Amino acid sequence: MALAFYLSFTKWDGLGDPKPVGLANWRKLLDDPRLTQSLGVTLLLMVASWVFQTVVSLLLGVWAAGQQRNRAILSAVFFVPFLLSSTAIALLFYALLDPNFGIIQANILGSTDGAFLAIVFVGAWQFIPFHTLIYQGGARQIPEVLYQAAAIDGAGRYRQFFSITLPQLRHTITTSTVLMVVGLLTYFETVLILTKGGPGTDTAILPYLMYEAGFKNYDFGYASAIASFLVVAATGLSLLLVRLTGFGRMRSTREGM
Amino acid sequence: MESNRGRSTESAGTAFSRRWVLGAGASALLTTGLSACGSGEGSSGGGGDTLTAFVYGDDAAKVQAASVERFNGSAAAKSAKGKVKLEKIPGSDYTPKLRTAMGSPSAPDIFFNWGGGSIKAYQEAGKVLDLTDVIESDPVLKNGFLPSVLAAGDLKGRHYGIPMRGMQPVILFYNKSVFAEQKIQPPTTWDQLLDNNTKLKKAGITPFALGGADLWPELMWLEYLTDRIGGPEVFKRIQDGDAEGWGDPAILKTAEMVKELVDGGAFGDKFSSVSYVNGGAPAVFAKGKAAMHLMGSWEYSTQLGKFPDFAKSNLGWAAFPKVDSGTGDVRNVVGNPTNYWSINPRTKNKDAAIAFLKDCASETYAKDLVALGDVPTTSNAAALLSSAPNPEYAKFQYEMVQQAPAFTLSWDQALGDELGTKMHTEIGKLFAGKSSPSDFVSACKGLK
Repeated sequence: MALAFYLSFTKWDGLGDPKPVGLANWRKLLDDPRLTQSLGVTLLLMVASWVFQTVVSLLLGVWAAGQQRNRAILSAVFFVPFLLSSTAIALLFYALLDPNFGIIQANILGSTDGAFLAIVFVGAWQFIPFHTLIYQGGARQIPEVLYQAAAIDGAGRYRQFFSITLPQLRHTITTSTVLMVVGLLTYFETVLILTKGGPGTDTAILPYLMYEAGFKNYDFGYASAIASFLVVAATGLSLLLVRLTGFGRMRSTREGM
Repeated sequence: MESNRGRSTESAGTAFSRRWVLGAGASALLTTGLSACGSGEGSSGGGGDTLTAFVYGDDAAKVQAASVERFNGSAAAKSAKGKVKLEKIPGSDYTPKLRTAMGSPSAPDIFFNWGGGSIKAYQEAGKVLDLTDVIESDPVLKNGFLPSVLAAGDLKGRHYGIPMRGMQPVILFYNKSVFAEQKIQPPTTWDQLLDNNTKLKKAGITPFALGGADLWPELMWLEYLTDRIGGPEVFKRIQDGDAEGWGDPAILKTAEMVKELVDGGAFGDKFSSVSYVNGGAPAVFAKGKAAMHLMGSWEYSTQLGKFPDFAKSNLGWAAFPKVDSGTGDVRNVVGNPTNYWSINPRTKNKDAAIAFLKDCASETYAKDLVALGDVPTTSNAAALLSSAPNPEYAKFQYEMVQQAPAFTLSWDQALGDELGTKMHTEIGKLFAGKSSPSDFVSACKGLK
């Protein structure tokens, strides 16, 4: 990491010696219209993935927290995608989405919205099982007495979910969110394999831009600047999330019990 | 256009993931590379008198393997006191692997490359030997190769490589049975091409297969159109480092014609997610869903591997048509003239390396290439082509290149990795309709 930071102040094509160029790479980082676009796409992908993955895995997790045997078996099955490598998953979907020989024969990966949604979907398909597991664990921690009391007060299933389950899971949500957001900043293979940042540059998220700068343009200085920026952004974002959600204040979900 | 792309049967995805792993590992390697640079004479791996040669490891590498064996047993090797060891690098890994190796102490003595821009960074870093004087003073090398091919890999008029593989011009392939059904002929003029397109579209056939997801197949259209409209000088100017050259009216006209083709459905509506590398575009073409395919000469071997019946009986080939208002000679060719061997100046036995390179001009070497289905770029090749697997196709290519007033090196190869990648991105945007022809021109002018 220190080396990357050092390289961000040099110009280096991987062949000769790195030449110090001061702030040139960082200035380029601020001026580069592709970086602005990339930042936008990354944020959009983050929001879309977060919404989709959180909603689905929260519901699945709470459902899977029940003690019924069929739920235990199904949750084991649901977990399988997470065990596959992301490269394998991306390749699988790449084949399924082939415009002429795939299952869905449409120009999905070649259109801006299609390519974006495909990335959201494939990422979700892979990571929802993991977050489901987190929520399952979280939901099982909720004391049964809360539900029993609520039932006596006449609360229905939906009321119980919104008044007990959700508030009790708020730290779980934070944990899962931080993992998702930071994970997205290193989200790379799926984009590389499915779209290569295309069509045009419409799905070139930051990690992909870094790859392109380093290993296709051989501009390691600039790639290191993007990498350093990613590290700062990831740290900043997770701190911000923790701060905003009050996760750091160590307030227990069991207060007053 | 990396040569032999068509031959590589590996799927793009696995290749990329490996490249990524390699990339991650590269940073570790690079640190060692840094310290090695200071020590000056980084001698090459292999030990003793053995020289290492890196080659793109596809099917065709067996010609180089035979050449190495021949050389190691020859009198030339004995008098130069050197032997060569061939290292085959899996195709898709070749460029990054060479890059990493050349910056490290275990750099190869001899290395395969695409000439021109592909070695520009190496030339600037003093990592490739200027062979101009060697070639000039040696009749075997000087007269051994087609001059246009030898020159196509030049940097600023100096030779850095010896041609060592077949030529790979870009050719307009067509599906003979589709053409017969629709009663059309391969186009020789642009109007004819547009006429054909109208007929084909009416019949529900996509005029051209195009692997738009890979970007480089799209580049081939720009290369030929620019040549036909404004001649080879237009790109020559850009290649020599003048970014204002993108402002040439021929480039704008090219971009406008591309837009017309795309908007008119010449490539169908799904081309931007079709890939050449994974076999999508060749399959669409072979199955008659598309009538034509503008592709490098390796398309023939790709089809022979995947759809042998189609390749043998239904695959037709023609030159790119003339554009009526254009000034470019219809005989001009674009593509990859060939691949080259270059020498690392830090090799410990320059004489042996040069002696090894001379084998590429030999008749045996050319015969091996012909047997593989390649068309050698040596001057002696014409007589050998009748023994090619498909003599008609081999002769078509050889004559096409021999008679070409100019052979323009693929733009991405000519510009080098950095500019080439950025240009690919702009081309992708143009074809996907994300930028207009004038946006394309101004974006390209800004490339640096």
